[in-house]
Amino acid sequence: MIKRWLAQYASPFALGDMGIMGMNQRNISYISRYNPRRLYPLVDDKLETKRIALDAGVTVPDLIGVIEFQHQVSSLLDKIKDWPGFCIKPAKGSGGKGIVVIVSQDGQSFLKPSGKAESINDLERHVSNILAGLFSLGGKPDVALIEALINFDDVFDGFSYEGVPDTRVIVFKGFPVMAMMRLSTEASDGKANLHQGAVGVGLDINSGRAIRAVQHNLPIRYHPDTGRDLLELKVPNWELILSLSSSCYEMSGLGYIGTDMVLDKFKGPMLLELNARPGLAIQTANGAGLVPRLRKVEKLGRYATFSPEERVRFSRREFAAEVQLSMKTEPPMPE
Amino acid sequence: MYSRKPFYIIVAALFLIGFALMLQRHFVYEVPWLPGEKRQIWSIEAKVEFEAKGKPVKASLAIPGSQPGFTLMNESAASPGYGLAFVEAKGGSRAEWSIRNASGPQELYYKVDMMHDPFAKAPLSTEIPRIAQTEVPEPYATAMDQVLTQAKERSADGLTLARELLKELKNSSQNAELLAQYQSPAPLLIEMLHRAAVPARLLQGLQLEDGRRRQPLVNLVQVYEGKEYEIFNPDTGEQGNQEQLLMWEYHSSPVLDLVGGSNSRVTFTMIEQEQPVNVALAKKFDQPHWINVSLYNLPLEEQALFKGILLVPIGVLVVVFLRIIIGIKTSGTFMPVLIAMAFIQTSLITGLVGFLIIVGTGLILRSYLSHLNLLLVARISAVIIMVIGIIGFFSIIAYQLGLTEGMKITFFPMIILAWTIERMSILWEEEGPKEVVKQGGGSLMVAVVAFLAMNSEVVRHITFNFLGLQLIVMAVVLLLGNYTGYRLTELKRFKPLVDEYNTDSKADNKIEDKKHD
Repeated sequence: MIKRWLAQYASPFALGDMGIMGMNQRNISYISRYNPRRLYPLVDDKLETKRIALDAGVTVPDLIGVIEFQHQVSSLLDKIKDWPGFCIKPAKGSGGKGIVVIVSQDGQSFLKPSGKAESINDLERHVSNILAGLFSLGGKPDVALIEALINFDDVFDGFSYEGVPDTRVIVFKGFPVMAMMRLSTEASDGKANLHQGAVGVGLDINSGRAIRAVQHNLPIRYHPDTGRDLLELKVPNWELILSLSSSCYEMSGLGYIGTDMVLDKFKGPMLLELNARPGLAIQTANGAGLVPRLRKVEKLGRYATFSPEERVRFSRREFAAEVQLSMKTEPPMPE
Repeated sequence: MYSRKPFYIIVAALFLIGFALMLQRHFVYEVPWLPGEKRQIWSIEAKVEFEAKGKPVKASLAIPGSQPGFTLMNESAASPGYGLAFVEAKGGSRAEWSIRNASGPQELYYKVDMMHDPFAKAPLSTEIPRIAQTEVPEPYATAMDQVLTQAKERSADGLTLARELLKELKNSSQNAELLAQYQSPAPLLIEMLHRAAVPARLLQGLQLEDGRRRQPLVNLVQVYEGKEYEIFNPDTGEQGNQEQLLMWEYHSSPVLDLVGGSNSRVTFTMIEQEQPVNVALAKKFDQPHWINVSLYNLPLEEQALFKGILLVPIGVLVVVFLRIIIGIKTSGTFMPVLIAMAFIQTSLITGLVGFLIIVGTGLILRSYLSHLNLLLVARISAVIIMVIGIIGFFSIIAYQLGLTEGMKITFFPMIILAWTIERMSILWEEEGPKEVVKQGGGSLMVAVVAFLAMNSEVVRHITFNFLGLQLIVMAVVLLLGNYTGYRLTELKRFKPLVDEYNTDSKADNKIEDKKHD
C-alpha cells in the first residue's frame, strides 16, 4: 500500500541528477535573482512589450486599436469592422487568460476558431471585463489590445488543432537555453497551455527539430487530433527565431525570460509576448532538466560579454540535443 | 548577489531568542509545556462605564470574595486620576472610586483572579433575610396564589417549593404567562417565595466561559431552609452551585452605586488561564508579586482578542508549508487561513457545510450575473450583497428547522466569500469545473489542516503562554522562503521523466555491455 503510493513519486535525488528545476528553485535562484522587479512592467504590459520590441526592430503583430476607458467600449465595432479576423487581449493578462480570437465576422456575429459565434455584446462585455482588471495580475485596471490575426505558416498544418502554434524559448542572460513548440489540441480548447492538455514538443536548440513530444506529461508520438507524426516537426527560420529571442535580453533587461514567437506566413517570426515567470513544463517536453544548461551559462562569469550572435552560436554548440534513444530520431545535423 | 550571511544570522537569532524565551517561561515561571496538570484560574475584568457630569463622582462597585468553589487570588483596579479604596460594608466588600471633578465618558476597571478550588472556605451568608411583604396588584395576585397552591401541594419544604415553582413557571400555562408579564423571573420567584413565607434573596452571578467579552451578570435566587440554602438560576431552572458560575454580588446590595454620573453600565470580560498546581497553590496561601513579561499584563478584553490573533501565525505557517513544500494549489494566498479562523468560530463540520452551501449557491446565482454585462466592481458588490442574502436565508431556514448550529455561518468573512465566488466563477468559465474543484478543494483542504493545527489544545496553550514561539515561527517561515528544493507535487509531476531517463540509461548500459562482449 505504502509502496504503491511511494511508487507514484520520483526520488528528489533522481530529479536532482537529471537537473530538473523545481518551482521553488526557479523562483528563488533564477527569477528573483536575475529579473529586477522594476523591469516587470515591460513584460507584464503587452503594450509596453510591443513598444520596446518595435524599438529593437523585432516584428510584432499589427495593432488594430487600444481601448483604455469604459466609454470607448462602444467604439469597439467601429475599430474592428474592416478586419475579417482579429484578437482581443488584456495588456496585463498572464498565462493566455482573457484572449479572444475571432477568425471571421459579418458585423453581426463573430466566429471563434471553435466555430462558436459571439455577438458584439459578448465582445463588449469581454472588453469591459478586461478594463476592470479581471484578467490582469492582482486585479489592477487594464487596457484591451485589439491585434491583427497572424497568418500562420502552412508548415505547421496538421501539427496544431484550432490554434496558433507558438514557439517558446527560455532565454537566460541572453542565451537561448531550451525551446519547445506548443500545439493546441481539442482537449486544450485551442489554447496553448500544456496543463490544459496542449502538446509540448521539445526542440533541439541547434536545429529546431522536434526531439520529443508530450501531452499531460506523458510522451506521445502523434498529434492526438490530427494524427501527424510530431517528430517530423522542424521549425523553419530557426536561426532567426533564436537570434530574435536572444535579443529580447537586451531589449527587456531581464535575465531569465520565456519568449513566445509565432511564424507569420508573410512577415516571418513575430514576438507574441515575453514572460518573466516562464513555467517548467518545457523540461518535460524536452526530456531534460534546465539546471545543467543554466549552470553552464552562469559559469561563463558575470563580466564575459557576448554579442547576440556569439550567444546563439554558444547555445547551438553547447545545448544541441543528444540522441534520444527511445524516440530513434536521426542525430541532429549541424547546419 | 547579496550575501546570505546576515539572513542566516537573523534566522538563527530569531530562533535562539524565541527558544530562550520559551525556556525562561518554562523554568522561571513554571508554565508547563503541555496543557495538563493545572489549576484553572479565571481572570475576570469588570468595566464600569458612565457619563460624568462635571461634578464630584463617587462610584462603588460590588466585588466578589472567596466563595464555595472559588478562591480569590488577586485583585486590582485601574482608573487614572481616581482615588480608590476597597471597603468592607455590610459583610460584603466593595471597590470605591472617587474624584473631585470629571466630565465626559469614564471607564473604570476592576480585575480579579479567581482560582477554581473545590476546597474553598467562606460560604455565602447564612443570615436569614427578612421577608418583605409587598402589595401585588390584581390579576397578578390571584395568578400567584394559584401557582403557589399547585406548587405547595407537590413540595415538602422551602427548597422543594422553589423548585416546583420554577417548574410551574416554565410550563407556559396561562398563569405563568401572565406572571411573566408582571416581572422578570428572579424578582418574581423571590416575591412568590416571600408570599409563601420562605426566606429568599437575590444574588448576581457571572456565567464563566473562556474568552467572553462584554458579558452581563445573571440574576440568581438564594433560597433558605433553616441555616441551609440552595441557589437557583431562574432563567434556566438549574439548581445548586454550578461549577462555571461565580457569585459576584451576594450581599443584597446594588452592583453599582454611582453619584455624579449617568448612563452607567457594568460589563464583564473573562479569560481562562491555566497555572501549574504548585504555582497556583503558592499564590493561594501567600500572594507574591506576579511580575512577568507576558500578555497577562494587558487588559483582559485585549488578552481574549490576542488568544485568537496569536493562532494566526500557526495557520500561516501551515499554508506556507503546504504551498512551498507540498505544492498544493489554493485560490488566493491566505484565504485558507481566514476560512480556518471562521471554522474555529463555527466548528468544523458546520463550517464546511456552511461554506459549501454558500459558495455553491453563490456560484449558481453568479452565473446569472455574468449574463448581465456588469462592470467588475459593481458585480463584486452584487456578489457581496448576494452572499449576505444567502447567509441570512440559510440562517433563517436553519433556525426554523431547529438547527441552531446553522446560524453560525454568519461568522464567515463576507468579503472573502464574495471574492472566492467571483474567482471560482471566472475559473469555471475559463478552465472548466475541473479546475474549480481542484483549486477550491485545495483551498478547503489547506483550511481544514490549518484549522486542525490552530484548534489543537496544545497549540492554543503554547501560543498564548510562550510568546517566544512566535519568533520561532517567524524563523521557520523565513527558512521556508529560502527553500529551493522540489515540491512534493513536482516529484509526481516529473516522475514519468525520471522513469524514461532511467530506462534509457539502462538501455545504454546494455548496449555498452554488448560492445564489451
